[in-house]
Order: sequence, then structure tokens, then C-alpha cells
Amino acid sequence: MKSNLYFDFVADKVKNTLTIKREFLADRQLVWDCYTKQELLDQWFAPAPLTTKTKSMDFSEGGHWHYAMVDPNGTEYWGWTGYLKIKPIDYYTALDAFCNAEGEINEDLPRAEWLVNFTDRGENALVETVVTYKSLSDLETVIQMGMEQGMMATLEKLDQLLLTLKK
Amino acid sequence: MRRDIFQAVADPTRRAIIALIALQAMTPNAIAEHFDTTRQAISKHLKVLTECELVKQEHQGREIYYLLEIDKMKEIDKWLEQFRKIWETRFLQLDNLLSTLKKQQK
Repeated sequence: MKSNLYFDFVADKVKNTLTIKREFLADRQLVWDCYTKQELLDQWFAPAPLTTKTKSMDFSEGGHWHYAMVDPNGTEYWGWTGYLKIKPIDYYTALDAFCNAEGEINEDLPRAEWLVNFTDRGENALVETVVTYKSLSDLETVIQMGMEQGMMATLEKLDQLLLTLKK
Repeated sequence: MRRDIFQAVADPTRRAIIALIALQAMTPNAIAEHFDTTRQAISKHLKVLTECELVKQEHQGREIYYLLEIDKMKEIDKWLEQFRKIWETRFLQLDNLLSTLKKQQK
């Protein structure tokens, strides 16, 4: 089922930001939990067919989420999210980075700042994510890594699957 | 040396040059008049933009004019479209999770 929920994706090539807004059929507290609790994050964060695996998580200011996206062959892509500011069920900010299984941050790969905002939209929740990269080429690097992880081909398969399911 | 569209637009001066010649073809001198930097610096930026195949030169008499290759700008959009798909997938997964959680709450 493709949803008819509000979805907006805007790239600002001058500021190197991506602004992603999405509405969810749930109240703000539940959506907040899905973004901030390890056992829930693990169930949705990595785009299929990749899965998410958390090594450690401490959702607090100065805390972090150390996780891996695992592809069907078992290859792990490690990520590190450092939490900066947290105002429960309103917003949090974080600094995103690539790292290894030990949690050592890879300084050669792009880091992005995340601002994730949660608001009510009637009975639903609206989440606005603003991802800021240092440069457009950083953004390109991130997308290319996604390509290498074979995400894209699979996403197209998923699109086809969704179309079949809808019929 | 890596030369592609992303490198071309990574620099604010180059982005400003792109914005200028998007409106009309211009000579290097005319472009340089819009900036506080040296003529040499502008030439360097134009060289990068040319190597990235984002601008092309056209000779009119003795003057060289620079103009924009619009199709190249579309490359960035192609990249972003793929990024958008990743987010869409993520959100569909979150929709499913939320619907499961809501059932559990009842």
C-alpha cells in the first residue's frame, strides 16, 4: 500500500540541505518513540533489504546511537549518531557520521547535522527532518555509498512489489 | 583530479557564476566585474566549470563567451531522486511499524 500521507522532499543546492517532511498515522508520542528507542529504530531505520542492528544507544544530550545497516550478505555498514540537543516529543538535533564496528569515526567521510522536528497535524504527527551537509559533493558521496550498497536496485524492486500489492 | 558537477557547485563563487551565465552568455571580463576577486581567480573558476562540462565556450569574433550547459544541472536532480527513494522506503517501513504498535496498544 502506497500511502497518501503528506510527503515533501526539498533539496537546497545552495545551502546543501535536505528538508524532508512526512506525516504519520499515529500520535506524536508514538512516532517520537519510534525515532528514539533502540528496539523500535531497529525495526525501520535501514531501507529494505538492509536491516538495522544496534550496538549501543544512549538517547540523551551528549549520548549516541552506534548502529549498523546490514545487507542480505551480512556486510555491515556502521553509523554513529551523536545526540546534541533533546526536547522530548518536540525535537532533537544530532551529528551523523560513518564509523567502524568499534565506534571509531571515519573522518574522511561526510558528516551531516540533523534537526528532527515533531509536530501535530490533526490526529497525526508530522516529522520534519533537516539534514545539512558541508557541501554538495558530501551529499553525493553519501548517495553513492547507498548505490554501492545495492540499495537502489532493491528499492526499484520494492516499488514494483508495492504496485503489485496495490492491484 | 576529480572533475564532476558536484565539484563544480561546491564553491560559492562558482555557484554565483553559474547563476549569472544561466541568464545570458557572458565574457570573462563581464563575469569578473560582478566579483571582488581577481580576474585570475575568476578564470580559474571558469576553467573548473569548463572541465566539469558545466559551461561551454563560444567564440564570437575576438571575444570568448561562456554559457551554461543546462542538461548537466539535471544530473544533480537524478542523484537526489535516488536519495528521495531511500527515505520513502524508510518511511513506509515506519508506517508499518506504527500500525503494528497501534494494534498492540488497543
